Parts: sequence; structure tokens; C-alpha cells
Amino acid sequence: MTDQRNLSPDAAQAQEWPRVSAAGFDGFVVRFGDRLSEAANRAALAFRAAIDQAGWSSVAETSTSLVSTYLRFDPLGTDHAVMQEQLQRLLATQDWYAAPHPQGRRLWRVPTVFGTALAPQLDEAAARAGLTAEEAVRQIAATRLRVQTIGFAPGQPYLGELPPAFDIPRQTDLTPEVPEGAVVLAIRQIVLFSVTTPTGWRHIGQTRFRLFRPDAEVPFVLRSGDEVLFEPISSDRYSALAQAGPDGGAVSEALA
Amino acid sequence: MSRTLTLLHAGPGLTVQDLGRPGYLAFGLSRGGAADRLALAEGGALLGQDAGFAAIEMAGIGGTFEASQEMRIALTGAPMAATLEDGTGLRWNASHILPKGARLTIGAVRRGSYGYLHVGGGIATPERLGARSVHLAAGLGARLRAGDVLPVGGDHGGPVDMGLEPEPRLEGGLLRMVPSLQTELFAKAELRRFQDVTFVRDSRANRMGVRLLPGGAGFALDGGLSVLSEVIAPGDIQVTGDGTPFVLMSECQTTGGYPRIGSVLPSDLPRVAQAQAGAEFRFAMVSLAEAVRIERRAAEDRARLRSRLTPVLRDPARIRDLLAYQLVSGVTAGTDLDDECLDTKEGRRP
Repeated sequence: MTDQRNLSPDAAQAQEWPRVSAAGFDGFVVRFGDRLSEAANRAALAFRAAIDQAGWSSVAETSTSLVSTYLRFDPLGTDHAVMQEQLQRLLATQDWYAAPHPQGRRLWRVPTVFGTALAPQLDEAAARAGLTAEEAVRQIAATRLRVQTIGFAPGQPYLGELPPAFDIPRQTDLTPEVPEGAVVLAIRQIVLFSVTTPTGWRHIGQTRFRLFRPDAEVPFVLRSGDEVLFEPISSDRYSALAQAGPDGGAVSEALA
Repeated sequence: MSRTLTLLHAGPGLTVQDLGRPGYLAFGLSRGGAADRLALAEGGALLGQDAGFAAIEMAGIGGTFEASQEMRIALTGAPMAATLEDGTGLRWNASHILPKGARLTIGAVRRGSYGYLHVGGGIATPERLGARSVHLAAGLGARLRAGDVLPVGGDHGGPVDMGLEPEPRLEGGLLRMVPSLQTELFAKAELRRFQDVTFVRDSRANRMGVRLLPGGAGFALDGGLSVLSEVIAPGDIQVTGDGTPFVLMSECQTTGGYPRIGSVLPSDLPRVAQAQAGAEFRFAMVSLAEAVRIERRAAEDRARLRSRLTPVLRDPARIRDLLAYQLVSGVTAGTDLDDECLDTKEGRRP
């Protein structure tokens, strides 16, 4: 990876995506951009599928992040240089940015309490976005968000993309604990928490949707490519949903 | 007859751990597994079985265990006082017979953070998503509690009363690292300073990560709070908003947006896990080629563990009748069971 601050604007533009970088001792990351875009996100998902299909024996596992694909391998069995060469060759086989969305996508409608004592950082996040709390909720609820990747915690989606006003940074301090089902916000994205966890993102909504069910036939509920609408509900409705089971009132339909 | 290990007392940080569950990274579930993976390899070597057998990981303090049948056990990782109810002391970093009905009490760590109790045949709790490791951060399984009855697998038999000199890893020290995803975003002078200063292991540490307090200013990165979330692997050194690094451990999150200044080599991670609060660390960047040499050597060392076993000599001072005799003269049993593997200069807990 190169520090673009040390390059002239022309040189920075001349660098082409995607880029292959070593990641720690036993990993490589293939980045399809340095900012979130739908094309780069689709490319990352499609390229991971291609690595899995290639069936390279030295690869231990693969995953995607927002705009990058990761693979972990055994550097004691395959040299870093050989692995990198294999990745470059596979990259050259097609235009990954033109790859379609994954198959079998669904639209989920998820009942959500915004603000109140259940989600105490709505006002703060709205103010950072230069909006009233009411307007922030209206815009979020009106945006169909897509699961760009599953990560951080089991079954947990990164959802995007919110309107530009929501491009607010993470907070500098970690909130020690935010509950499972929390809707948290930063950098035009929403994460719906699958576990109780500390976070640097702002807690603006709360759901009863359980995303990780280790003993169920489908342990991880959401898939990359699925879309989500957060539908505002009252605290009373939220209380009633305690009886609604692991879906917490969420319903899904197939997307064409 | 079924073989079980019953917990009569349990410290607050006991979990069943194996080498974890690879393959779920794409679903947001990190591999997990023992905090000190080398301890699993040592336990496997001591019992003549695979390193993948599940053991009981004990953070800080152990518990009291009762065997339904005679079984082989081994004790590895951070040394703890281990005694049978008749006062017989069991040496750490060694294999033993736990007789049927015998109660084994394991106390607090003398040094380090995580001790391990291994059994011949392994702890045989049901696999979930392909492994027995409890993953606390994911809510997959739970800490052990008094009253738990753990199934133990069938033992094919093997060595007993054997000892192993462990690789020193309980006192902090030097951590070798390679570049991570945001290393080049840090100014060169900052990266140099990161390798010059001494870090102190904070009291905030668990199976997800270990916080290290830098001597001097933090290592915050301009614009670092808006780095796009990317994959995270154990060993990554994540710098949070206040400039304090966390070394991410086996139960770490799978993606994150705080910048990573480097990544600790896998064979140095047991050193991070085992350090107690206050232990001192330094970092040194090595090339990928050097890292491969270091990891190859570590893998060869692990493969040679079985050939390094030595018989535990029956020291008369450890025989139970003599211990009983010492009790009469007012010397407490249990705390004076020095382990030859311990640094005797180190103060022991009362």
C-alpha cells in the first residue's frame, strides 16, 4: 500500500485498482477501491467467490469487507510471492466491477425504536449530521440499505449507504457496551449488532432482530446483498415484540 | 462407563478451548480457540495426543475437579498451585495420573495469565459449528461453573509422569511484527517511535484483545477515525481513537475501522496472552521473509515437543507421607511445591 499523501495528484490517479497487499503474516487483501462504492462492493464479493471456486490448496479461508477480499493462507507451504502472483492472475481474468449482485437476495423490514432511553445517541448523531432527530429518522427509514458485508461479530451486517449528511466519524471513545439488536451509525453506514459489544459508533436505534443463532439450521440470518429497511416503531410496540421470537417482528421477501 | 470430570468449584474464567473454528470469518465469526495455542501443543505432547484436543483454559485461577474414572492429565501454560486432596502436589508442565474419585484443586496463577488442564482423550463437550471452543464474545457457549459435568473422550493411553520445559513466554518481552493494512499511513517517525518506546500491559485485557499503554504520547492517526472497515486477524495491533494500541487476540472481531499499525507474529501471541498487567513489551518490525523463518522455526519446535519430554523424578519431598509429616511441623503443603521450571527468583504467591 502506498501513502497517497506523498504522491502528486497525477501519480495518485495513475495507481490502478484493484490492489493486492499483504495483510499480517498469513493474509492478503485485494482492495477494489479506497472508498465505498456499489461496484467495488460487488467486485469484492464476486472475487471472493472466484477464489473459493479456484480451490487453491494453500488457502485456509476467505472473507470480504466493504470493498476488499481477504484470504488467509499457509506461508510455510506457499511463498508470499507465489500467492500474490496467483491472485494477480485471477484478478486479470475479468472485470470484477461488472460482476452482478450475489443470487438469492432478500428485502428485510426490521421494526426499530429510534432514540429514547433504548438508543441514547440519536440526538447527538442527528446534530452531527446537521439534522433534527425527526428528519434524521425520516431519512434513515426511507433509505433501502444493502448488506455490503457481514463482519465484526457473527452474522453482523454493515449496511449502506445513507445520504451524504450522515458522513460522520466514529467517536473517539469506545462506548463500553451496546446491546444485541442495536442500530449504530457512522460514515454513512449502519451496523445492526448481533452481540452485546463495545463500539465507537453511535447508538441511534434498537431492534429485537437476532442475527446469530448458533444452534439453528441457518446460524447466520442476513447475507451479503440482502437489503434492509428500518421501520420506526414506538417503545410500546418494541416491548410487545419481546414475544415475537428471534426475528423480532422482522419480515423478508425475495428480491428479483 | 462414561468418563467425566466434575467441577466442584470453578474460578470465574474457566472455558473449554481447542484450536478454534476456522472457516466462519466470512460470517463474522472469528476463529477463537485457546488464548495460548502453544499450551495446547504442549499438553498434546505431554499426553501423546493431537494438539487439537479440547482442554480447560483457566484465566487467573483454577478450580476443583473430580474424576469419575482414573484418567491421565497434563498441566500447561501459566503455572498454578495444583494439589490432590491428600496433599500430593502435582508439578506444572507435566503429565500425571488423576485417580478415580480424586479431587484436584488448582489455585491462582503464580506467573502468567492462562493455565491449562488437559485430559487424555480431551474434553468431549458437543461440537458447535465444528469446534468445542467457547467463544465468549460471540455468545457461543459459556464459562464453566461449579456443578458442571464435562464428558471426557476415550483415551488411547500414552505417557504419564513426564515433564516438559516450556518456552518462556510469561513475562512480556519483545514482540515481532509485520506490516498490517494501515501501517504505511503512519508517519515513518511514528513507526520508529512505536519500536523505540516500552509498552506496559494494561489491566484491560481479555480473550478479544490486550491493551498496551505506551511510554509517552499515543499513536493516533490523522483521519484515522474514518478509515474504511477492513478485515481483522488475531495479532493485528489496532490503534483506537486515543492512540492506545490493542493487540487483537483469538476472539477478536473480524472487521474493524480503527487503523492497524502492524501485526504481531502468530508465534509471539502466547507471549501477549500470558503477560500479567504491568508486564513490559517492545515491538520490532521484521520483513515477511524473516517472519517466515521465525514461524518455520516455531513450527519445527512444536513438532519436536514430544522428543523433549523427560521423566518427572520422584522427589521424596513431594511424596504425600512426607508432606503430611511437614504439616505436623507447621509448614503448609501446597505452596512450597516449587516447580523446577519456575524462575526461583520470582516471588511466589502465599
